[in-house]
Amino acid sequence: MMSGPRLVEVRQKFLKQNDLLARALREWFRRAGVYVVSLVSSPGSGKTAFLERTLHDFARRHSVAALVGDLATENDAQRLRRSGARVRQITTGTVCHLDAAMIERALEDWRLEELDFLFIENVGNLVCPASYDLGEELRFVLMSVTEGEDKPLKYPTIFNTADVTVLTKIDLATAVEFDLEAAKETIRAVRPGMLIFEVSAKTGAGMIECWRYLEERRNEARAGSALSA
Amino acid sequence: MHELSIALSIVDLAAEEAERRGVKVNAVHLRLGPLAGVVKDALLFSYDLACEGTPLDKSRLIIEEVPVMVHCSRCETDREPISLQDLRCSVCGDPTYEIVQGREMEIAALEVE
Repeated sequence: MMSGPRLVEVRQKFLKQNDLLARALREWFRRAGVYVVSLVSSPGSGKTAFLERTLHDFARRHSVAALVGDLATENDAQRLRRSGARVRQITTGTVCHLDAAMIERALEDWRLEELDFLFIENVGNLVCPASYDLGEELRFVLMSVTEGEDKPLKYPTIFNTADVTVLTKIDLATAVEFDLEAAKETIRAVRPGMLIFEVSAKTGAGMIECWRYLEERRNEARAGSALSA
Repeated sequence: MHELSIALSIVDLAAEEAERRGVKVNAVHLRLGPLAGVVKDALLFSYDLACEGTPLDKSRLIIEEVPVMVHCSRCETDREPISLQDLRCSVCGDPTYEIVQGREMEIAALEVE
């Protein structure tokens, strides 16, 4: 019989439940053939404007839907529904991020097989969403030119969990004296080799390149799963 | 600030483990990477709150900070980067493309009796 304090090894990820659920979601998405992209950024970086323009364009060629996370209000979902895409708002109350369980609940009654693309707009926050896998294939981090070139240095973790950076509001770059090369340099210091798009959802500049990339990635993913099936 | 919800998951996991083993937990040992997106001080602060009214009340949280490691293809080995803001190899200065350590968020061990 042992007595007194002793150390027992456990080795358990403490967001294990989220990780397991995210993995199950990812498998579900792949089986259904829907390509899932999440968007993270600070509040006001233009996630909704980016998504709005993307949904309007994609809705003409693809079956597309979106989940939109916010602390409160249905405003973003209403705005995005004008594209004709199916949109569901997730209001988190006081929670500062989306997690895999919220995604699963929001998709409960959806037939994912009917979708080509699903976008997930996270709550505007550059800190907390970094810890939570949502089962997405790609994570875009958006950063607007009005935020300053050194944002990635202040929030390296979110840039490290993302796959692609989208520099938004590029039409304002000159007005706010945004140094594009300096911004790219800081992004690639934090995440060497990171793919960067420069877009304006307002003028449409750079959006086509971004969409083409998404469509190529989806085609690759489908080709890959057809091979393994 | 999501550390409180993370503290609650830690307490749940540790309490479950303690019940399964039929032991009392004095301390929880964590391994935390700087790229986990969790602030150590906020987590320590939240932990005491999360423990209240649970079998882990008055237990301690001990956090081991795990350094970030990247794979350097020029050195052909894992290295520390220059900094979190500059993921080049701290030895040869080449950019690195693979983070091999630094996202850890795990309960490593429980101190029990």
